[in-house]
Amino acid sequence: MTASLLSFYIFSTVILLSSLMVITSKNPVHSVLFLILTFFNGAGLFIILHAEFLAMILIIVYVGAVAVLFLFVVMMLDFKISLDKNNILQYLPIGFFVGVVFISELIIVLINTKFDLSNIQILVNPMIKFENLTNTEAIGSILYTDYILYFQLSGIILLVAMIGSIVLTLRTREGVKRQSIQSQLDRNYKSTITMVDPKSNEGVDI
Amino acid sequence: MGVFTIILPEIFLFLSSTLLLVVGLFYKRVNIINLLTFSILILAAVLVFYQPSSFGFNNSFVNDEFSKTIKMLILIGSASTLLMFSPSRRKINIDIYEFPILISFASLGMMVMVSSNDLLSMFIGLELQSLSLYVLASLNRNSLQSSESGIKYFILGALSSGLLLFGISYIYGFTGNTNFNLISATYDKNSLGLLIGIVFVCSGLAFKISAVPFHMWTPDVYQGAPTPVTGFFALAPKIAAVAIFLRFLYSSFGETAADWQQIIIFLSIASMIFAAFAAIAQSNIKRLMAYSSIGHVGYILIGMACFNFEGVQSLIIYLILYLVMNLSVFSFILMMKRKDEYCENINDLSGLYKHNPFYAILIALSMFSLAGIPPLAGFFGKFYIFMSAIKSDFYLLAVVGIVASVVSAFYYLRIVKIIYFDEPSEKFDEFNSSSLNLLFFISSGIVILFFVYPSPILNMGNYAAKTFF
Repeated sequence: MTASLLSFYIFSTVILLSSLMVITSKNPVHSVLFLILTFFNGAGLFIILHAEFLAMILIIVYVGAVAVLFLFVVMMLDFKISLDKNNILQYLPIGFFVGVVFISELIIVLINTKFDLSNIQILVNPMIKFENLTNTEAIGSILYTDYILYFQLSGIILLVAMIGSIVLTLRTREGVKRQSIQSQLDRNYKSTITMVDPKSNEGVDI
Repeated sequence: MGVFTIILPEIFLFLSSTLLLVVGLFYKRVNIINLLTFSILILAAVLVFYQPSSFGFNNSFVNDEFSKTIKMLILIGSASTLLMFSPSRRKINIDIYEFPILISFASLGMMVMVSSNDLLSMFIGLELQSLSLYVLASLNRNSLQSSESGIKYFILGALSSGLLLFGISYIYGFTGNTNFNLISATYDKNSLGLLIGIVFVCSGLAFKISAVPFHMWTPDVYQGAPTPVTGFFALAPKIAAVAIFLRFLYSSFGETAADWQQIIIFLSIASMIFAAFAAIAQSNIKRLMAYSSIGHVGYILIGMACFNFEGVQSLIIYLILYLVMNLSVFSFILMMKRKDEYCENINDLSGLYKHNPFYAILIALSMFSLAGIPPLAGFFGKFYIFMSAIKSDFYLLAVVGIVASVVSAFYYLRIVKIIYFDEPSEKFDEFNSSSLNLLFFISSGIVILFFVYPSPILNMGNYAAKTFF
């Protein structure tokens, strides 16, 4: 057993177990921590495939940003997921049935497919012109040229996501007093201070 | 520069809606922004009309007769939604300038989707479209139903995207390509894995067009979403999803049509029969229209299953007439107001013939047309569909379709009966919104007078179907 095969089995076992824990653990903080473990092992799988760029991106983006954000939200909201046993039992049969159908389909495919190893080289390395580059260079050289359309459209999707989250959450309340630096700076002593000469027993007009 | 002229309408739509987004931030006149977005959508439709047939971006983006026709339909549908939005926005609490902009981003996503010749751009276009739709569905934050419909649509939409991606990964794994033409070139007929990939992609797309058994979200989302958004759901995204469904199957798996025809036939029969019976018990008119749209998808899928020139032609004609009939019904639903409150129950229509006889006749004729009674437009749509099914020897589909349309005539005619024969209820408010009246009269005019001069729409079907055969 080669080292890469061994590490493949280790990583994928940990992924399966920890993703199972994500959905079954009662404490949401534990769920998020298991999610982070899943991401780390996924990055390990990418490294086995010689996709070190994707591995690093996965860790930076998903672990560094997304999962930590989840963790913040979970900790701040302080909600408890109650796992209702009845609920699980109610949906278990249909879920089990669908899962069995799924798995047996996949097994049938696996049995009936003759893996053509002459083709595998193209599948693993579809872009022959990048054979001697590191994959960071390879991604960089097509992302802004051949894949420019997808790249820009993904940007538009993010823009829509931003507009959507602002539209759904922003509330403008009436009567909120805000600091207006401009009007504060515009004030000078001439417009705010008046000199009066009050007489005794008469007071002043304001 | 050359390559960017291929996506000129898309670039125009994107840049101008981003500009309007910024303008809207400082100039908070929703009506003006709405009007500007309307003219942008119309301009984009004009640009699409003058687009030459071409392809680019490594053959992942195509402009052909088919995509041009569908894009124009989508843009017309989106623009009419904006006309429905402007009179109703205050009342249903969606008076924000982002509404027209989200509509135009959704149309952008649909245009990309329709033109895509690659699994990647298909998925990205689909996501751009769906993301805008999720936000639109839950736009009315004060209504529990609207939030519910948004969440439901989001969760089920995410699930369907997951199925779609799973299928895409199979297809990529077994062919090594994502481009439709290359997939068709490297297709291995005996590959079981590829077949499973097709099944999963079909299920994902069936979610988007709400064909049975992937229809569960439709009634709730249609009922809960703000009415102009419901109108939009019925008009544009369905047309776009049908178009990409057709292009995916025809360009990448055209040579082994028998493999996927069974799936389409099953979806079609199930949708027609289910919708015909489930709609009978409905009392909310938006919910009824949801079931009606499920049924119409069934008829549209007959055209897709045929896999020949007549099939595509009849499908395009049906899509155009479906758009027009839905426009007429939804613009009328938005006029159903009593004491400034929107009525959504079918029983609220009773006595309409007494107070507004002219409107009563038009809406009754629209219902007859949806039921497929000659000589109205809906009849011809169904007629061409069934003709193409018979020509391609799909007798079962034609028979089931005719039976289903007889059953569905019941609930369309029930509305006519309520309008004319039920105990009259109170009078509706004056139908004084000019934009809704315009939409209603134009669309019901087309529905009624289609048989007098059908050739423009028939020619459009002809023109679009040439792409594939």
